[in-house]
Amino acid sequence: MTDFLQLLISGIATGSIYAMAALGFTLLWQASGTINFAQGEFVMLPAFAMLIGLSVGLPLSFAFLVAVAVSVLVLGAGFKKLVVDPMRGSGVVAIVVATLGLSIGLKSFVKAGYSAEPHPFPSVFSEEVFKLAGVTISYSDVGALICAGLMVLGLQLFLNKTITGRGMQAVAQNTFAAEALGINVKRMIFYTFAINAILVAVTALLITPTYLAKFDMGDNIGLKAFFAAIIGGFNNSRGALLGGVLVGVLENLAGAYITPSYKDGVALVLFLAVILVKPDGLLGTPQERKV
Amino acid sequence: MSLSKSHIAFLAAGLIALLVLPTMLKTYGLYLLTLWLVYIIAALGLNLTVGYAGLKSLCHAGFMGIGAYTVAILMKAGVSFWFAMPGAIVLCFLFGLLIGFPALRVQLHYLGFATLGFNLLLMLFFRNEEWLTGGTFGIQNIKRPELFGLSFSGNLAFYYLVVFLMVVSAAALAYLLRSPWGRAFAALRDNPIRAESTGVNITAYTLMSFAIGAAYAGLAGALFAPLVNFIEPAPFGLANSLLFLLMVVVGGSGRFYGPVLGSAIALLLPEYLRFAKDWYLAVFGFAVVVMMIWLPGGLLSIKERLQLSKAKRAAQTSDSKAEAL
Repeated sequence: MTDFLQLLISGIATGSIYAMAALGFTLLWQASGTINFAQGEFVMLPAFAMLIGLSVGLPLSFAFLVAVAVSVLVLGAGFKKLVVDPMRGSGVVAIVVATLGLSIGLKSFVKAGYSAEPHPFPSVFSEEVFKLAGVTISYSDVGALICAGLMVLGLQLFLNKTITGRGMQAVAQNTFAAEALGINVKRMIFYTFAINAILVAVTALLITPTYLAKFDMGDNIGLKAFFAAIIGGFNNSRGALLGGVLVGVLENLAGAYITPSYKDGVALVLFLAVILVKPDGLLGTPQERKV
Repeated sequence: MSLSKSHIAFLAAGLIALLVLPTMLKTYGLYLLTLWLVYIIAALGLNLTVGYAGLKSLCHAGFMGIGAYTVAILMKAGVSFWFAMPGAIVLCFLFGLLIGFPALRVQLHYLGFATLGFNLLLMLFFRNEEWLTGGTFGIQNIKRPELFGLSFSGNLAFYYLVVFLMVVSAAALAYLLRSPWGRAFAALRDNPIRAESTGVNITAYTLMSFAIGAAYAGLAGALFAPLVNFIEPAPFGLANSLLFLLMVVVGGSGRFYGPVLGSAIALLLPEYLRFAKDWYLAVFGFAVVVMMIWLPGGLLSIKERLQLSKAKRAAQTSDSKAEAL
C-alpha cells in the first residue's frame, strides 16, 4: 500500500509537469489554430538557456529569469511573428509540417552547436526525502506539484476572472465576434504565445533535473503533452491538468506493476482508449464541425 | 487520362538511366542508389496517405521497421523471402488499420498524434523484445533472396530486383490513383464534407489510404533488410519518420513525382554534406519552415508559385491603372 501511495504521489508530480506543457499547447491551438509539434523542443530550449546561464556563473534563480525572458522573446514573440503570422491562411497541414521542421531544426541546432551529451541539471528543491505515515516523499516531488498546481490554478483564475483573460477566451471561442466587441485580437493572440513561452520555461525548470538536459529530451515531453491535452479534452483548460495527471500516474503504476520497459507507451494506449469512448476528451464538450 | 508523349519519353529516359547508371557506379554508389529506390517505394506510399488523402502519418519509418523485422525474423526461421515479403506487407496493412481506426473516427489531426505514439511504442518493442528482435544488437546476416536458382545476392542483381519492384509498385499506385478510388482520395483531401455528401464513406477511404501507405512502407522495409544485411532499431525511429514526411512535403505532396525528388534530397544531400551532419539537419529543419511559409506546395510547385505571383503582380498593376483612370 505504501508503495502504491508513493507511486501515486510521484506520478501526480510528474503528471502536473506534463500538464503545464499540455496547457500551453492547448492554449495555442485554441487561440490561433496552431498545432505546435515543436512543443517538446520549446521545453528543451529554456533548459539549455538555463544551463548556459549556470555555466557563466549565474545562480539558478537568475538563470531561470533570463530563460523566461529569452523564451518569451524567441518562443513567444519570435515564433508568432516569424513562423505563425506569415502562414495565416495556408492551412493546418502547412503549419504542422513547419513546426515539425522547426522541431528537427532546433534539436539538431542544439546537438551540433552545444552538445549531444546529456547534462545534469540542478534541482530547485532539496533532493532529500521525508516520511509521512510510512510513505517516503521527496521534497522535489512536492515542490514540483505545488509549483505546477499554482501555475495551472493561477492561469485558470487569470483566464476566468480578469478582463484580459476573458478577452483571450473570447478570441479562442469566436475570433470574429471578439473583434466586433472591440477586443484587440492580435494582442490577445500574442498573450497566448507569451503564456505558452512562460509555461514551457517553468516546465523545463521542473522536469530537467529528472530528464537531464539533452537535445532530444523534448521528444518524450512533447508527446506526453499532446496526449495529456487530448485525453483531458482540447477545449477545456482544466482538461490538460486532468490528462497530465492521469498520464503521469498511470505510467508510474504501469511501470511498477506491469513492466518498466513499456512505461512510455502508456500515454498512447490511454489516448487511443479515451478517443474511442469519448472523442472530445474526458472534460471536453463536443464541437460542431465547420464546413 | 492517357500519358502525353513527353511524359512517356521522360519515363523511358528515367528507366534507361536506372538500368544503365549502376554499371558505372562503385559499390557504395550502387548501395546508395538502391537505398534511394527503397526510400522511393516508402515515400510513394506516404505520398498517397499525406499528399492524396491529406492525412498526417508520423510513423512511416516505424512501418518500414515492421516490414524489415518481419522479413528478417521469418527468413531466420527458414521461411523463403518470397513468402516473408508479402507477409510483411500484409502485417503493415493490418497495423495501419489498427492504429488508424480509433484516430480517424475523431479527427484527421489525431492520426498525427496516434502515429507519433505508435512509432515510439514500436521502438520500445524493437529494443526490449530481445528474444525476437535481438534488442539493440539487432539481427545480422540477413540473406538476399533467390528465385528458381536465380540468385539476387550480388549487389547489381539485387539492385535490378529493387528497380523491378519499385516500378511495379509505382505503376500500381498510378493505376490506383486513376481509378474511382483515387478520385475519392483526392475528393477527401479537398473537401471531406462535400465528399461525404456525394456518397464517399470518409472513414473507410481515409483508413484505406493510410493502411495502403503503411503497406508500401512494409515493402520498403522488406527490401531494406536484405539490402543492408543487418537491422537494428535506430533507422526506424521517429526522426526518420519525420524525414519521410518531409521528403514527401519537400518534393511536393500530392504530386506523383514529388517523393522521387524529395527522397533524393533527404538521402543523397546528407551523403555529400556528411562532414556537416548535424548542422545539415539543423539547416534542413529551418529550410522546411521557410519553405512552408513561401512554398507550401513543395519544390515541384515552384512553377505555379512563380506564375501565381506574376499574375498577382499583373493584377495589382492593372488595379492601380484602373484607379489612376
